Amino acid sequence: MTAPPPPGSAAPSAAVPTERDHGSFSLDIERPGPRDAVRAYVTRIRSGDPGALPSVLGLIVLVIIFNQISGRFLGKANIGNLPGQGAYIAIIALGLVFVLLLGEIDLAAGTTGGLAAAYAAQAVFAGGLHKGVPGLFYGITLALLIGAALLGFYMRLISGPILVVVGAVLLLSGADKHVIPALIISVSIGAAIGIFTGWLVAKVGIPSFIVTLALFLAWQGVVLYILNSQPINVVQYGFWNGLANDNMSPTWGWVYLVVLLLGYLGYTLSRALRARRRELAGDAISLVLIRFAAIAAVGIVVVAFLNQNRNPNPTAPIRGVPWAAAVPIGLMILCTLALTKTTWGRHLFAIGGNAEAARRAGIDVTRIRITAFTVSSAIAAIGGAFLASQQGSVNLSIGAGNILLFAVAAAVIGGTSLFGGRGKPRDAIIGALVISIIPNGLGLKPSLAIHPEYQQIITGLVLLLAAAVDALSRRRARQS
Amino acid sequence: MPEPVLQIKGLNKSFGPVHVLQDVDFDVYPGEVTALVGDNGAGKSTLVKCIAGINSIDSGEILWEGKPATLNDPRAAAALGIEFVYQDLALADNLDITQNMFLGREIRRFGVLDDGQMEKKAREALSSLSVRTVRSVRQVVASLSGGQRQTVAIAKAVLWNSKVVFLDEPTAALGVAQTRQVLDLVRRLADQGLGVVLISHNMNDVVEVSDRIVALYLGKVAAEVMAKDVTTTQVVELITAGRTGNIGLAAAAADQII
Repeated sequence: MTAPPPPGSAAPSAAVPTERDHGSFSLDIERPGPRDAVRAYVTRIRSGDPGALPSVLGLIVLVIIFNQISGRFLGKANIGNLPGQGAYIAIIALGLVFVLLLGEIDLAAGTTGGLAAAYAAQAVFAGGLHKGVPGLFYGITLALLIGAALLGFYMRLISGPILVVVGAVLLLSGADKHVIPALIISVSIGAAIGIFTGWLVAKVGIPSFIVTLALFLAWQGVVLYILNSQPINVVQYGFWNGLANDNMSPTWGWVYLVVLLLGYLGYTLSRALRARRRELAGDAISLVLIRFAAIAAVGIVVVAFLNQNRNPNPTAPIRGVPWAAAVPIGLMILCTLALTKTTWGRHLFAIGGNAEAARRAGIDVTRIRITAFTVSSAIAAIGGAFLASQQGSVNLSIGAGNILLFAVAAAVIGGTSLFGGRGKPRDAIIGALVISIIPNGLGLKPSLAIHPEYQQIITGLVLLLAAAVDALSRRRARQS
Repeated sequence: MPEPVLQIKGLNKSFGPVHVLQDVDFDVYPGEVTALVGDNGAGKSTLVKCIAGINSIDSGEILWEGKPATLNDPRAAAALGIEFVYQDLALADNLDITQNMFLGREIRRFGVLDDGQMEKKAREALSSLSVRTVRSVRQVVASLSGGQRQTVAIAKAVLWNSKVVFLDEPTAALGVAQTRQVLDLVRRLADQGLGVVLISHNMNDVVEVSDRIVALYLGKVAAEVMAKDVTTTQVVELITAGRTGNIGLAAAAADQII
């Protein structure tokens, strides 16, 4: 490989080969600086990979419109409420990204979350699940948990079945009358459901649409059974209620931000330095620093804004970063690392892009498929807990209705493709913000708030727009 | 003459009553391009699948570097150093070149993907094949031309210090210039000492790039000839009739099979 010509020598002398333009990994040797990055970004958008741009633009447009409709929209109280209203959609959508990446769908994610929350609520309410549900039902639940764990181990899964075993042990130990163990059990119930779903899809070969449609219907009935057709309030359980309604203390908010920012800076900077040292494709240091500065500025403004008191009554101040914002963002970072830094994530993308290629490369496609459903359902159970927290209770139709469809819409609006192979956890968060900002913004104007039809029409149009952008960009990518 | 790196002796394979491969002998020599030709249904794919370990064999012997070997599972072939580049190019469009080349065999450091190391090795592999048409090994495969894809698929196969590479119709979907690139690459692989097996319907490619031609005719080896000794017409006759002049199956034998 020839050494790259110095960047300044624009006019190639006779001695310098002009192959800088084509081939020979010319792009890998260059250090794209801020200007190159902007140019590369524009090229990428034009070549049919818009990434998060449409959803961010859509978000900005919606913010401008709602700010016109009501001056309260950008007020402290409303901004502080928004995370709690959207967290469950963001979390369920986050889990769905894994399934969507495979080109599959999990229609039952919403009711799975509701089912898991119902289990937890009944366990805490009755002082132990075995006191809240009939003995036979308790036994079946336990047997299915153990069955899912065994099936998971048999299919060579590791973390999923371990989580299920932890849940089963907690359940047997009687710890389920406390809130936190009960919620851990609910996540492990989600994982168990995911193992069965994934097995039915990947091993038995039933289309995921059908399997999860069936479960979507069935879980609604099981929820009624668990609850004995009586809603259970969760407002009185401090931790659970806090998920969607409490805030970090201002100090912890800053600590959280600093940890995230330092982690981001350390990772991107060390990567750029390493790339430069080893002559790998990478970004210029200046670009890394500019990106960091932009993210840090946004983060500092947001945290500072949220740390102000937003309660009009100064004797009972409400301030701090809502847990409903901190948890989804933390989960998003974990999911992103899992997808980009592990072989598992790489294989998930490969299967979504070309399952046959993945199979020939020696990847255990069945196993990866099952793990994707497991992750999706387990995360959906976390979403269910946030949903119950936001509603203040586990009601009889928890997780049903539009919730799953809103979550799918959030992922798609954010830029995740329904055809598999393309998507990011970040998409789920941005998309959920778009989805939840619509009812929020409309609700601020009394004349609009009494017309729920607007909310659904607008949400539908936004989704249609997002899907159109996806389809057009795909067509463009094929042509180029 | 060098010893063959892979030898198939007297291989038989039936699917039910259909005797697809009959006493097939097939040798792959290091540093040579061996073309495997034959009409549709002659048994080319079955032979390749037997070697790949996708199909089991009924009888026959497989020698790897002179020692008997069993190939009953796709990983066994890869473990020996036999790689297959299939016609439909097993590449994932949504991954970049590096990610594709290391798919299923990712390099990890402390349990985390070591993309830098993989990128470096991918670039080395492409450079060693004198591939100069790729701008970045971080390009997504979806953005590559057909010839570039084929190049990546082949480079992926030789990345693993493989000794024998099977190429199934590598030029089938390519234009003139890209066919040229790929044929040059095929030649370079052999010049680097690999045993290359070229499966192709394109007689011009076969005669141009290969050293040795093995023609299959209805499940039997019609002839194994050196490419310089035959003309394109003769190869076509071997494929369609099993014989040409005094080369190939005896007239009686050729008729008998039918």
